[in-house]
Amino acid sequence: MELFTNQVLAGIATGAIYACMALAVVMIYQAIDHLNFAQGEMAMFSTFISWQLMQWGLSYWAAFIITLAFSFVAGIAIERILFKPLAKAPVLTNVAGFIALFAIINSSAGLIWDFTIKQYPTPFGSSPFLGSQLISTHQAGMIGVTVLLLLGLYFFFQYTRIGLAMRAAASVPESARLVGINTSWMIALGWGMATAIGSIAGMLIAPVVFLEPNMMGGVLIYGFAAAVLGGLSSPFGAVVGGFLVGIFENLAGTYIPGVGNELKLPIALALIISVLVVKPAGLFGRHIVKRV
Amino acid sequence: MSAAEEVVAEGHEAVEAVPKRAMTLGTGTSLLVLAVLLLVPVFVKNFIIFQMTMLLIYGLAVLALNILTGGSGQFSLGQSAFYAVGAYTSAVLMEYFNVNYALTIPISATVCFGFGYLFGKPALRLSGVYLALATFALATAMPQLLKLNFLEHWTGGVQGLVVTKPDAPFGLPMSQDMWLYYFTLIVTLAIYIFSVNLLRSRSGRAFMAIRDNEIAASSMGVNVALYKTLAFGVSAGITGVAGSLGAIAVQFVAPDSYTITLAISLFLGMVVGGVGWLPGSFVGAAFIIFVPNMAESISKGLSGAVFGVLLFLVIYLVPHGARQIAIMGQQFAAKLRRN
Repeated sequence: MELFTNQVLAGIATGAIYACMALAVVMIYQAIDHLNFAQGEMAMFSTFISWQLMQWGLSYWAAFIITLAFSFVAGIAIERILFKPLAKAPVLTNVAGFIALFAIINSSAGLIWDFTIKQYPTPFGSSPFLGSQLISTHQAGMIGVTVLLLLGLYFFFQYTRIGLAMRAAASVPESARLVGINTSWMIALGWGMATAIGSIAGMLIAPVVFLEPNMMGGVLIYGFAAAVLGGLSSPFGAVVGGFLVGIFENLAGTYIPGVGNELKLPIALALIISVLVVKPAGLFGRHIVKRV
Repeated sequence: MSAAEEVVAEGHEAVEAVPKRAMTLGTGTSLLVLAVLLLVPVFVKNFIIFQMTMLLIYGLAVLALNILTGGSGQFSLGQSAFYAVGAYTSAVLMEYFNVNYALTIPISATVCFGFGYLFGKPALRLSGVYLALATFALATAMPQLLKLNFLEHWTGGVQGLVVTKPDAPFGLPMSQDMWLYYFTLIVTLAIYIFSVNLLRSRSGRAFMAIRDNEIAASSMGVNVALYKTLAFGVSAGITGVAGSLGAIAVQFVAPDSYTITLAISLFLGMVVGGVGWLPGSFVGAAFIIFVPNMAESISKGLSGAVFGVLLFLVIYLVPHGARQIAIMGQQFAAKLRRN
């Protein structure tokens, strides 16, 4: 039983990483209706920016704030310059655009900062949290930040005018335009916010997985899986999905014989698909009814 | 309807409707392309022949995805898994059972058809990004499954298997590469003709009806579950043939040649060639084979970025892929004729 509790705790700790990423994925999905394959690379690039700022002598929090602002602006710029012209193109062409963006960011980061693994500091320290060997203060801090972020987003979307406008623009663009919402800028704003959330995720994850251009590959896959499991229309679902995927992955690695590190991912994905077969819109997603 | 549900009006479809006549080339153009494909190998070096063989092979794999996505409107990131199954089926049959290479191709087509059909069953309930995730899971699992201990006796584990390249039969005066090219060309032609006819048949019309509107198709009496799994099976079967040919041409199979990167390349090939336009598959295959090499030669350190920029250029200029160029060419020719 103790083994079980410990594994669940460890799963929650890694789950916090996935939850962060899943939140960013859902944000952009809400705004543009596509899964952004380059999300992880964008987060990685932001994290490198903050690392560079700290190398230049800024404090952690100063670098944190500047990176947030940079990511927000960069997200809007990417939407305006690269993806707005593709708004009318077929969906699959847009997906190809994300893959292109992925290649560009990954390779530029490799050229600027090379592929050696770098240490990344944590503001929370890394001593054991409340005497537990499994969760460090950093991981506890990460869970805390994820929950705060989720609450913040909830209030933003539920209780502010601009949050309401963004929801309207995402769900029924035509009607939103008729009541005077600038839907095109709402999409850009969605990109900006998603990129900023992604950069927070990147900066929280970097102390755990270390900083390098390919650090997000694995994390993004789990982030997607978490977002899909929780339901792509629900930020709350994404966070729950993130924790569940973390726990799944750890328990599968512990209890199913013959599952090494290699098979953890396929098994976690297989579990998620079995859930989806029963609940096709994800655990917390809304069921969308189509008019024929 | 419960309060949690919402109704969305029909927006733009995930895959555009391509009328079936627009899915192929005219007779004249087809014959011209065929003549070029037949004659060029006589005049070029072995390495170029090898690259042309790979072009046909990847073209087949893209074509298979095109039938699935452009034909029946289902999206798959798992094509690399079917490709791997095809490649391994051929490799194992040739190396352990001494089966003739040509005979392994129908066998791997059958095996992959079955595999794809069975995979299509649970995937029936999923669509859009959910289906993408499921197929993606298949693609990430496949290299790991091939490395499993109890399969190592057959698959050779991480090391993979070496495949012998066949000689030209009947003492024909041809290099191995050239014979393999013509062999691949024959198989490709057969499958291309099969695909064109499939999409023009009753089943093809059923695929397209499902792609355009699943609910409407089912109320017209199309057996949606049957045709969706059938599309998966056919697509997997053709991808398996491509995998077999690939294994014979490269003379080597290893789990890490069939990762998700391959599936993503095939997807890019489909988009660049034009979703739902069968001849475009080969244009797309040329893109995924030659453009990364080109990017490498422009800048070694930034090859990924150069590739990304080139890809962006292509999708800006022709968001509908090579099909758009073909349509423009056709209109231009019609205008010339009128003057």
